[in-house]
Amino acid sequence: MIQVEHLTVSYGDKVALDDVSLTIPLDGITALVGPSGCGKTTLLRVLGGLMAPTQGQVTGLNPEQTAFLFQENRLLPWRTVAQHLTDVAPRHAATPPEEWLSLVELEGEEGAFPAALSGGMARRLALGRCLALGREVLLLDEPFTGVDAQRAQRILQRLKELGKPVILVAHEPRLAENCHRIIQV
Amino acid sequence: MTASTMSPKSSVKPILRIAVPLVVWLGVWQLASGWVGRELLLPAPASVARCLVELSGTGAFWLSAGYTLLRVISGLVGGVVLGTALAFLTHFCTWADWVFSPAIRVLRATPVVSFILLVYLWVTRTNIPGLIAGMMVLPVVWGSLTAGLKAVDGQLLEMARAYGFSLLKTLRLIYLPSLRPHFTAALLNGFGLAWKSGVAAEVLCPPKWAIGSSIQQARQALETPELFAWTAVIVVLSLVLEGLLGLWLKPKKEGTV
Repeated sequence: MIQVEHLTVSYGDKVALDDVSLTIPLDGITALVGPSGCGKTTLLRVLGGLMAPTQGQVTGLNPEQTAFLFQENRLLPWRTVAQHLTDVAPRHAATPPEEWLSLVELEGEEGAFPAALSGGMARRLALGRCLALGREVLLLDEPFTGVDAQRAQRILQRLKELGKPVILVAHEPRLAENCHRIIQV
Repeated sequence: MTASTMSPKSSVKPILRIAVPLVVWLGVWQLASGWVGRELLLPAPASVARCLVELSGTGAFWLSAGYTLLRVISGLVGGVVLGTALAFLTHFCTWADWVFSPAIRVLRATPVVSFILLVYLWVTRTNIPGLIAGMMVLPVVWGSLTAGLKAVDGQLLEMARAYGFSLLKTLRLIYLPSLRPHFTAALLNGFGLAWKSGVAAEVLCPPKWAIGSSIQQARQALETPELFAWTAVIVVLSLVLEGLLGLWLKPKKEGTV
């Protein structure tokens, strides 16, 4: 269980999260939902250790065990699809990078550079790279932006089958409904 | 005809692009030379070409050109290595930035002639051109790479930290590819500067075998065609090497920067 206690995050005068307390089970897929600007991404970044809270604390999650999918793809224009995965995969990873490519439906694109990918393909590559990190907990910020709904559902199903705890920020109500639980931020 | 097949028209165009300006400017030169009417002031292109052919038949010509090339390239390499090292140092270490950045800016603003005459007091003639070329290249490389380092995408660096990239991996996968266009521009600009400053140093402090020394001797002997011939050697060498450098630095694959 992840315990978020009285979490406040401010950027200067702007308060992104104000005294938020919640519990997130560390199993299955949890969708964080809420209106734009309510602090979902900020909460995810705090969980991933990318941002320190102004006040409050998070317990029950080691940020070093998390793989974070950023809201932006953050791909390297000079690396191929396959290289994006091999660059981050642990040396003796149990799952070979090709399997992650298959999970995100990018087989056959191994040699392509990001500039040649569509928006949805680039998003799936970013997700595949996040998975290839081989970490215990997945923190995914809007993982299916630009991905068509049917494909997104198929990939979500495969993520469920992986059995790793996933916390994702979702905007699509249908996507959130297919997660194990929904937490309103 | 496939898309990749070149039409006769498109294959002629590159030749014309070189030939037309060459013919036009040689014509202008010939006309100007005829109008002046004195070889001492402005020799005709044919006289310069004849002089160049005569010079290229001597061993001294090749020795001078070779040594000048060696000095310019050694200065360029030295300036690039030191400029790159200082760019990284001043970018990542505040203290180094405070100490070195003003000094490099002073180096950049100082006229090359002042340096040549100053260095003449401290260093042997043979080493002056290389040293001067290096000193002129260093601030250019430093400035370009410093700007490049500041422009490296912060989001990519955050991704590298979040994904546990080592320093070496961050350097290899993010910094070096991001810096490539800045490095290429710096190298091409630096190369031109190294030639000009290196030969200028050879003219002012003539070493034994050097294009600059030959230019100086030709000037003193009022051998204007020879002066033009040596200048032509510098221009040709500079253009050829710049072209080769450009080819070497050209991105080879799709997706590379």
